[in-house]
Amino acid sequence: MPDTTIQDTLPQDGAYNYAYLDEQTKRMIRRAILKAVAVPGYQVPFGGREMPLPYGWGTGGIQVTAALIGRDDTLKVIDQGADDTTNAVSIRRFFARVAQVATTTHTGEATIIQTRHRVPETPLTDGQILVFQVPIPEPLRMLEPRETETRTLHALSEYGVMQVSLYESIARHGRIAKTYNYPVMVNGRYIMSPSPIPKFDNPKLDRSPALQLYGAGREKRIYAVPPHTPVKSLDFDDHPFEIETWTESCALCGSTESFLDEMIVDDDGKRLFVCSDTDYCESRR
Amino acid sequence: MTMTFLAPGFADPSHDAQRLFRGVLDAFSHPGRIVELRDAPAGPGTLSIAAIGFLLTFADRETPLWLEAGVDKQEVRDFLRFHAGAPIVQAREAATFGVIVAGGGEPFAGFAIGTDTYPDRAATLVIEVPALDGGRSTIWRGPGIDGEVRVAIDGLGDGFWPAWSANHALIPCGVDLVFACGSRLIALPRSIAVEA
Repeated sequence: MPDTTIQDTLPQDGAYNYAYLDEQTKRMIRRAILKAVAVPGYQVPFGGREMPLPYGWGTGGIQVTAALIGRDDTLKVIDQGADDTTNAVSIRRFFARVAQVATTTHTGEATIIQTRHRVPETPLTDGQILVFQVPIPEPLRMLEPRETETRTLHALSEYGVMQVSLYESIARHGRIAKTYNYPVMVNGRYIMSPSPIPKFDNPKLDRSPALQLYGAGREKRIYAVPPHTPVKSLDFDDHPFEIETWTESCALCGSTESFLDEMIVDDDGKRLFVCSDTDYCESRR
Repeated sequence: MTMTFLAPGFADPSHDAQRLFRGVLDAFSHPGRIVELRDAPAGPGTLSIAAIGFLLTFADRETPLWLEAGVDKQEVRDFLRFHAGAPIVQAREAATFGVIVAGGGEPFAGFAIGTDTYPDRAATLVIEVPALDGGRSTIWRGPGIDGEVRVAIDGLGDGFWPAWSANHALIPCGVDLVFACGSRLIALPRSIAVEA
């Protein structure tokens, strides 16, 4: 389990500009972020750079964080809710090294939280920024592979194809079977991919007091949900949106309200359910 | 030959730009909130500190600038060309950023509003106003605002808010605004509906 306060005080690597990216690139990303905030849910193209880690490991989120971060910030990085997994540790140490930034595992202490595939259980507050790592920013991509077409569909707000896909899921499974990356409507205008967070986290996006920024490195897109912005998970009147529930509680902290991961703990297949959010879980023990 | 002195830009370019960016981002994320751009350079004098801070943070050689006649002074051009490297253009439609003095007619006419497929290709305009409060009271609603917020920017002409309503109706297209006075600013993204 992670220390509660991590002191990743590494000397600045003089070979790099502050926060790794050059100033011209940061300005370009900052302009994209500003337009993303002005048009909630719209995917702004940006000149994504090569980062010192492979696509799929958070290159988009890292570039957004690099454009944001300063010496006054406190950074938290989570991967599937955990502060102590490889991706989270590497990204946290990356910014400790190239930006001399304080890091934390406590959600409440962080000014910037970069996340892969979860939203923290602890409610976020005004002034915090949540940076999502996004693999495929286009929510319609699996339904329409052509970028020119999906761009037109967004322009016309023509989202029938998404409703049909959800209907087909109901026809086949009796319910909307999608459990993660569940599409949302932002401010009544754009359908947006919330990144592969479990649908359990979708309600936390709605009217959150924190700013949400989404960065897709391979696809070179940035999009945003400003604070207090309506984010509605798509559904039907007779099949309303529902989140996952568990009959078990967390084996470590006893929570019945958080998102639980199922763990196999021995060779006999014994199972435990534990909180996915390690900071939340530790704070309750 | 006359000697002109160039006002200094950022003392610490990377960290100054980062801090000012976060201030502007805070303003765009909370339309109507008055944000102070701390320790922005004073600039050549004709423009407010907030306008100078905004332009040095976002403008560079990739972003053509348009200056209204009232602020299109040689010292301003020299300052922005040297410190930001931004080309200064005559045509409004070519500009990524524009600087406008409050009170004129048709403040947004002619600026890029983006397209339905690329609404991000729209201009951001800095409007110099005499005061960010004490003017005619308006009610703002939209993304970034919890319910509604009252804003009373001073010095805007009679046609300003009707023109804004027309701009807001273009969603997802439209220009985004920054009202600047002294070292403080208020952002008004196109997503915000204003009841005047």
